[in-house]
Order: sequence, then C-alpha cells, then structure tokens
Amino acid sequence: MDEPLNLVLFSGTDDKLQAAAVLAAGAAALGKPVNVFLQYWALDAFRRDRIDRDHGLAPEAGPEGRTHVDDLRKAGQASWSETLRQAKDLGSIDIQACSLSMDLLGISESDLDPLVDGVEGVTAFYLNAGEGHMVFI
Amino acid sequence: MTAETETRPTITRTIDARGSFCPGPLMELIRAIREGAVGDVIAVRSSDSGSKIDIPKWIEKAGHRLIAVDNRDGFDEIIVEKAR
Repeated sequence: MDEPLNLVLFSGTDDKLQAAAVLAAGAAALGKPVNVFLQYWALDAFRRDRIDRDHGLAPEAGPEGRTHVDDLRKAGQASWSETLRQAKDLGSIDIQACSLSMDLLGISESDLDPLVDGVEGVTAFYLNAGEGHMVFI
Repeated sequence: MTAETETRPTITRTIDARGSFCPGPLMELIRAIREGAVGDVIAVRSSDSGSKIDIPKWIEKAGHRLIAVDNRDGFDEIIVEKAR
C-alpha cells in the first residue's frame, strides 16, 4: 500500500471531478498516498473564483444524466471540492497544478483554490508517482 | 444477528451518516476513530448501499474489530471497536 495512487485530472466537468474525488478519498481512507496532477480544464475548475460554480457534465450525461446528478446533489451529496477537502483531512493527498496548463490558462498560483498545494512540471509528477497506478480522468 | 445484542459491548458513540454518500460514511467513521480512544465502540449508521461492504473491509485492514453489521429499516448500522 506504500505506492501512491496517481490521478491525472484533465476534464473539468463536475461528474468527472466527482468521480476523481471519490477515488482519491477512498485511497486516502486506506492510508494510500494520492498525487493529483491538474491539467487543462480540470485546472481551470480549481480556480479560486470558479471552484464552486456549475462546471457542467460530460456530453454523455445528456438531460437524463443531468437529472440524476441533480437528484443526488439535492439528496445531500457533498460536492467534489468538499469531498477532496475532507479526504485531505484524512490522509495524504497532494494536489499539484501542471505548469504548462498554468501557462495555457494564463494564471498564477494565487488564482488557485487553497486545495491546490503547488505547481510542478510533468517530470516532478512522474518522479513522485513512483510505481503506483496512474489514472487519467 | 441481533440475538447476541446482550453480549455486545456498550456503544460509546453513534455517528449518524444517513443521507451521506460514498465514501462519506467511511470518512466520518475514520474521523471518529481518530478522535476516540482504544476500546471505544463506535456505531456508524449509513443509508449508502456500499457501506456494509466497504466499512467492514476497512475495519479489517485498519486493524480494528468489527462487532456487528445490522440491517435496519432503510439503513445499516456497523459497529466497530477501536483496537489500536
């Protein structure tokens, strides 16, 4: 269990971020370290002034999927950002912004939500990943 | 499963995680276990269908003692003793 779980988050829609947050929280609950690397639209969703807004759903959700997601939220499901906050409290979750994506979006570290621990390049991410599983969402 | 109720240790703390979705109930239990002392008996109530599978597996891996998994009306109650 010492090898970390490595999540590369690319998509910035709420459903994919929710699925990723649940995976991260489960690993943290088992004491597994988790490295999260934020790229492109996932990074955009972690902007301080945007994290709580509606980020939409993946195209395959359709109107029916939208209804299911809304129903679960109304029933009290925690948001992905709240799930990540709780999971960070439980275990070791390191969330890093991809430096290339920072340049792409034209943002600086102060634009990011405090959930994000820092900015790094892809090489640092791979080095920290060790032999652990790599998941791209 | 409820026949052995009288032989069970007294519950120190009950966490009502009903209405919380996976992995919320487990996260709430872990927090309670951390805050508690060895020997504490914690009951967690969950309406999430995964909890009755996930939480006992976590308890085993984390080295605590599973006392019972009770199916109640619309929720499960999992009882665990903090062992370390």
